[in-house]
Amino acid sequence: MDTVTLARAFFGTSLAFHIIFATLGIGLSAMVLVTEWIHYWKKDRDYGIMAKRWTKSMAILLGVAIPSGTIVAVQLALLWPGFMRIVGQVIAVPFQIEIFAFFLEALALSIYVYGAGRLRPLYRVIAVFLVTLGATASAVLITSANTWMNTPAGFKIKPDGTIYDVDPWKAFFNPSFYEAAYHVVVSALMTGAFVIASVAAYRLLKAGSQAERSIHSKALILSLVVSVSMSFLTALSGHESAQGLHRNTPEKLAAAEGLFQTQRYAPLAIGGYVDYDKKQIIGGIEVPYLLSFLAGDRFDTVVKGLEEYPRWTWPPAYSHTLFNIMVAIGFLLLGLAAMALLVWWWRKRNGQTGWPKWLLYLLLLAGPLSILGIEFGWIFSCSGRQPWTIYHIQTTTEAATKAQYLGALFVAFVLVYLFLGALVCLVLTHYFKRNPIALEFQSNKTLGDDTHGTAH
Amino acid sequence: MVQPIEPSIAILAVWVVLYIYSLAGSIDFGASFWAMVHANQETQAGRIANRFLSPTWEVTNTILVLLVVMTIGFFPKAAYMLGNVLIVPVSIILLLITVRSAFMVFAFSVERYRKVLQIVSGLTALFIPALLISALPVTQGGFVQMIQGQAALYFGKWLTSPSIYLYILFGLSSELFLSSLFLADYARESDDDSAYEVYQRYAVLFGPITLLVAVLALYTLEPEAAWLLDRLLRYKMWYVWSIIAFLIGYVSLWWKTKDQKVGRPRVAMVFVVIQYALATFAYGAAHLPYIVYPYLTVDQAFTQINTFYSLLKVFTIGLAILLPGFVIHWRLFMKDKRYLEGEKT
Repeated sequence: MDTVTLARAFFGTSLAFHIIFATLGIGLSAMVLVTEWIHYWKKDRDYGIMAKRWTKSMAILLGVAIPSGTIVAVQLALLWPGFMRIVGQVIAVPFQIEIFAFFLEALALSIYVYGAGRLRPLYRVIAVFLVTLGATASAVLITSANTWMNTPAGFKIKPDGTIYDVDPWKAFFNPSFYEAAYHVVVSALMTGAFVIASVAAYRLLKAGSQAERSIHSKALILSLVVSVSMSFLTALSGHESAQGLHRNTPEKLAAAEGLFQTQRYAPLAIGGYVDYDKKQIIGGIEVPYLLSFLAGDRFDTVVKGLEEYPRWTWPPAYSHTLFNIMVAIGFLLLGLAAMALLVWWWRKRNGQTGWPKWLLYLLLLAGPLSILGIEFGWIFSCSGRQPWTIYHIQTTTEAATKAQYLGALFVAFVLVYLFLGALVCLVLTHYFKRNPIALEFQSNKTLGDDTHGTAH
Repeated sequence: MVQPIEPSIAILAVWVVLYIYSLAGSIDFGASFWAMVHANQETQAGRIANRFLSPTWEVTNTILVLLVVMTIGFFPKAAYMLGNVLIVPVSIILLLITVRSAFMVFAFSVERYRKVLQIVSGLTALFIPALLISALPVTQGGFVQMIQGQAALYFGKWLTSPSIYLYILFGLSSELFLSSLFLADYARESDDDSAYEVYQRYAVLFGPITLLVAVLALYTLEPEAAWLLDRLLRYKMWYVWSIIAFLIGYVSLWWKTKDQKVGRPRVAMVFVVIQYALATFAYGAAHLPYIVYPYLTVDQAFTQINTFYSLLKVFTIGLAILLPGFVIHWRLFMKDKRYLEGEKT
């Protein structure tokens, strides 16, 4: 591998690893917020127990989320010094604000986890609200920097690379910022809910006391309600993002759809793979007119094809596959969650209780699939921008480090990621095995009388 | 022409954050080490360290990210050069930080393997500040070569230079001194006399060692860094005051309190903070105008002026909004007796 490919693989791996934890940080804290609020409102102890146990998982995940986030932040400068030289001059503001979101999250989380027993219930809700706010704000801010790479704005550049006429806020609110930030946030909320749904389904599949089953069932219903609404919003915002591609980065949309010739009444290609040599899609289904309609709300919308652009600026051919997988997972999950709720409602109307086994088995897949969807989405967004790091301004080759020893470092980091990933799973299983939910019923304490993250 | 003031403001802001992190990071990582050392003893020393760490380590870690982000924002060309030069040491530091944080959190959750997990997090933590400070001599000259306009580290020299090892030693002893002194104060605040005595003894031991190593480090600078020593001499008085502050703080560890306890760790902590402030800012002032000698000055590395003002605005507003958060955090975990004493066994 040459240095540039190596730097891409390295940074991509770091991001792919961190994104799992960052997404769950938003999704899980939002779920804790909802349960804390229901607990405060209805005084139903079951919700208090849920909040407590989910917070514990959050605290464990955070042990990896925070250092892996630090790695990503520092590696930006280490692996992409050429890129950071422009970033520092133009789009440093979101990074700087993100630090404060990060501070907010860290402060509020410590207060919520270790100070909960000394806080009045309402303040506890506020504390966890601030955690969610901090986590969400970080995601929005980092998305701003990412969308600026896709649709750079707020500066001018001379041929020799000198930057002038900088407007940091115009860079911040660049053309694709709103729809992308919206898409990132709702998909993170969706993922948090689906992960909870999977865990609840897993627990319901195992035997347990009546009281335990009742808690898991409540958790499942709650998470399904959240995930149906959030996956619906994810689909909507995804549609808006795709329209943004049509307006701002047409070659990315063309690669995602395998469209070579600019045309009106363009068809939507589903499945198959794109062959750049033969300039066609092999094995896909074409739905006539649909792409034009989706791109511009009219069948006669002109959609640009790849041939408008020089060959070396075409995004990789697998963009189409990544895009398809992401969309497919999204719709699959939306359908699954909606169906699960319908089944539950139907059975309840007919006086049945509990959940059918087949449905629980299906729901087991929801959490992992949702995380995969996020991963494919980010890989599509970033590899679909190639060969550019900053669209039409700086190529990835110009951005990458020239340093040596990358290969050895890459191997070391991958090993640590694998090791930590496995360890985090072990720690979670170990902890919840040693502290079964039955223990929560025995203790007369209400939530917050003990600190739920300490070891002391 | 009047010299623009903006680059000076920016480097001062970066240096203030660096100073704060050097204290907070030393205390944080040192506490991990002490928690490991006192994991299985009768005293409360280990518990005190863990009680301090659990709610604070994330906040401390965020200060490090703030430092990186500020450097990139205010001095993008410095980030560019340092990124290329320091990629290997910084990557090692990142891996250590990752292992340390993860294992510390895991140790809080998995009772059965707590000891092993704590040993790993304590040992990794010990070396982080030591490696962090080894970046400083690299900016002083003699370690960076230019190959076709591209800055790179003389790796072999970095590994073998006595100057680097003295800086590392200084980082280590500072870490142990600052963290034990802080924990002594924290133990006193928690009314725990046995833990106080343990940490007071460490502070008494590592205080003079730190001072000695610091002087040695300055006198073994690489020949290329002679310019720095010349300039440091201009700030001689700052160092004299710094040593005086240290002596007052050190002696106060034997002063009697109103209720006849030996030692005033709060006084000691305050004076040591002053000691490090004087030394750090004298060093920083002497290092100017270079960020990386002799290749990059503060003015050359400075960002776009509009970006600077946006960042400054964001920085001020952000700090103002978060200040109450820091105060609440402080009161809940540093002052509240229910937290400090509540979980004694």
